[in-house]
Amino acid sequence: MAEGEVVRVITKERYLLIKVPIEEVSINPAIKELLEKAEREGIETVFHRFLLQQPQCGFGLLGICCRNCNMGPCRIDPFGYGPKRGNCGATADTIVARNLLRMIAAGAAAHGDHCREVAIVLKLAAEGKAPYKIKDTKKLIAVAKTLGIPEPEKKKPEEVAKEVAEIVLRDFGKQDEEPMRVTLGYAPDARKRVWTKLGVMPRAADREIVEIMHRTHVGVDADPLNLLLQGVRCSISDGWGTSLMATEMQDILFGTPKPVTTEANLGVLKEDTVNIIVHGHVPVLSEKIVEAATSKEMLKLAEEVGAKGITVAGMCCTGNEVLMRRGIPPAGNFLMQEFAVITGAVEAMVVDYQCIMPSLPDVAACYHTKIITTMPIAKIPGAIHIEFHPEKADEVAREIVRVAVENFKNRVKEKVHIPKYKMKVVAGFSVEAIVEALGGTVEPLVKLLRDGTIYGIVGIVGCNNPKVRHNYSHVTLAKELIKNNVLVVGTGCWALAAAMHGLLRPEAAELAGDKLRAVCEKLKIPPCLHMGSCVDCSRILNALKALSEALGVDIPDLPVAGSAPEWMSEKAVSIGTYFVASGVFVHLGTVPPVLGSPLVTKILTEDVEKYLGGKFYVEPDPRKAAKTILEVIEEKRRRLHWPY
Amino acid sequence: MFSTVVVMGEVIKEYILYVDPTRCLGCRACEIACAVEHSVTKNIYTAILETPKPKPRAAVIPVDTLRVPTQCRHCENAPCMAVCPTGAISKTDEGFIVIDETKCIGCEMCVVVCPFGHPIFDIERKVVIKCDGCVERFREGKVPACVEACPTGALMFGRIEEIVKLVRTERAKPFLYEVAYLIPELRAKIPPVKIPVSPLSKLLEMYKPVKWY
Repeated sequence: MAEGEVVRVITKERYLLIKVPIEEVSINPAIKELLEKAEREGIETVFHRFLLQQPQCGFGLLGICCRNCNMGPCRIDPFGYGPKRGNCGATADTIVARNLLRMIAAGAAAHGDHCREVAIVLKLAAEGKAPYKIKDTKKLIAVAKTLGIPEPEKKKPEEVAKEVAEIVLRDFGKQDEEPMRVTLGYAPDARKRVWTKLGVMPRAADREIVEIMHRTHVGVDADPLNLLLQGVRCSISDGWGTSLMATEMQDILFGTPKPVTTEANLGVLKEDTVNIIVHGHVPVLSEKIVEAATSKEMLKLAEEVGAKGITVAGMCCTGNEVLMRRGIPPAGNFLMQEFAVITGAVEAMVVDYQCIMPSLPDVAACYHTKIITTMPIAKIPGAIHIEFHPEKADEVAREIVRVAVENFKNRVKEKVHIPKYKMKVVAGFSVEAIVEALGGTVEPLVKLLRDGTIYGIVGIVGCNNPKVRHNYSHVTLAKELIKNNVLVVGTGCWALAAAMHGLLRPEAAELAGDKLRAVCEKLKIPPCLHMGSCVDCSRILNALKALSEALGVDIPDLPVAGSAPEWMSEKAVSIGTYFVASGVFVHLGTVPPVLGSPLVTKILTEDVEKYLGGKFYVEPDPRKAAKTILEVIEEKRRRLHWPY
Repeated sequence: MFSTVVVMGEVIKEYILYVDPTRCLGCRACEIACAVEHSVTKNIYTAILETPKPKPRAAVIPVDTLRVPTQCRHCENAPCMAVCPTGAISKTDEGFIVIDETKCIGCEMCVVVCPFGHPIFDIERKVVIKCDGCVERFREGKVPACVEACPTGALMFGRIEEIVKLVRTERAKPFLYEVAYLIPELRAKIPPVKIPVSPLSKLLEMYKPVKWY
């Protein structure tokens, strides 16, 4: 054994405390190969950390731990022998409701800030102060009309864009009791009536979040139902407010997605090019990186350092954004981010915010890879920070790409291993694209649903979670549903999982039931439609609105359901809540921290249906979940007097 | 004050550290309390700053959907004591099995022979450490630190006869209901005993179809 090797083995940093069962952890073969590499090189990944965290605290898992004040931390004994109340007197019901609310607030805040950033950029672009163009004026006019701006087609696009941005920004901080203008404009009338009756129409995006933080402060709101209603209100300010406008404004600035074909999985990285990964959430940054990377100046620089070009690949939601609009190949989803670095072939991973693992600089330290943070609110020790300002977008993007290209010469060939797995993917199914594929209206889809050719529509969304086998639940659920002629649409890390495992190809129609297969072959679409990033879950809401209006029913009557089979983030809690608020049956594949309060669990999984038309259903087994979802759809079809 | 029993010149264990895994939620408060108890300053805020770092001897082991809190069982016929080459392991007057760290040479034979895999090797001090039954606390009339810290009562410490009586009574209650059930007039009078099933076990059971580890 050479001396260098001995030192490496006993150094604390590169000493793996635990090994991961490589065959079982993921269904993605690229992960298996890279896990072997990681363990050989002594690199700790998210899966190793997860095993080391076991056993996870049962009080936390059940949601009955409260740390909201310094009288704590308090725990409720679920066995009923120890304390039944925290120090302040809060019961398990109050504690669980408060904890859930803070998760909704955090999720809504993440989406809110994302929308705020895009609105500010839209305004700057309209004023000519930032190098962004208004790409889709048709969409701009449609959005302006929905928001109640009079005769937008007669005004200059810049004027209309500025007005839209100002309406959105006002909806963040206005202080009156009137509902948000965005919600009033976009939400279906039937839903608005239900929400007004329940008192959950959102007033302002920031206010609903602040109110949650206030209500969950020690000694404020202790009524679980009252708390949950505020959670619903805040989630509506997200789904029919900030997330929705983020999508719409991104379409205006960068183009409404149309069907596009490319490839997915880590095999999209190339051995002979500079590889840059865009990771995070906001296309305000990633679009500029793609522009810079495809510019003549940077391509020339790449040639000079000996690379045959620059490959940009996406991860997580910003990966979805540039995939939907520009066909940039996605390299992987949430749990795969460290593995992209472990290929040893990435010159730079450029990140903005949300879902970025703080361990990335640690992993990157074993390679030449540079982790570049760009947002003042999202810094990571060990990363390089090149701050992004929309006014200087082009310069900063060029600087970032330059850093990446110059890093190419530091790549160590012996440490490179790009798993040769990539799968064809068709993405870009915005509501507009779907309607166009149908011939201009939703009528053909309504007809197919009515006669049972398409049994129902299920939206699958959400993250990855090491609590369940990586990508297994995502893919299994989708496969079971399409087998039963259910059209599957989805976003986020589910869409990336479906992409990597072949479900977003037209060829995947072979796995679908006969009726759905025929539809796919006729329209030349895959049986699963990629609708975008996590804020693009609002595209699913708009699709539900279109369907409900075409049929003259409310959303709870539609033969649809939603699912987040591997969710982990707080954003997912907000998204799940706004789908339930919109009247959708929502399946969750990982257990939320609510079981410590049977009351709150009952409200979320049973009672809420009476008031909002939707409810939560928790089942980690994707086969059982598929069966239940099909039963729910069957019941809805029966009530519509449609063949079931 | 707890007393000890001496039979034919030999100290006989009179106390049991009773463990109920179905009540354990895996919060690991017992591990933290154990480490703090075996630190120099014995205060959570300062213990974490000490060198060498205080280490827990108690451990919560996940087994299927249960969490099993483990300590030394303080065996009557301790294999670790029998196998220790330097005689570092001995039984105290109270019946606890303890390691004299000044005599320990770190051969780890006790780790090998323990039927519960309890002792661990302390990398910083280069000796084996194990649960000592919190013998100093015992002498002050207190229960072990882990037992005091447990928020659900999964750990109990006391005289063997008393604890066994408690456990037997709890476990006999379902029988009482079954017997009463056979007599219709009694059926309504005696309410069914709810044996608390761990809500944690129910939660973890749900993950089994998609578990990879």
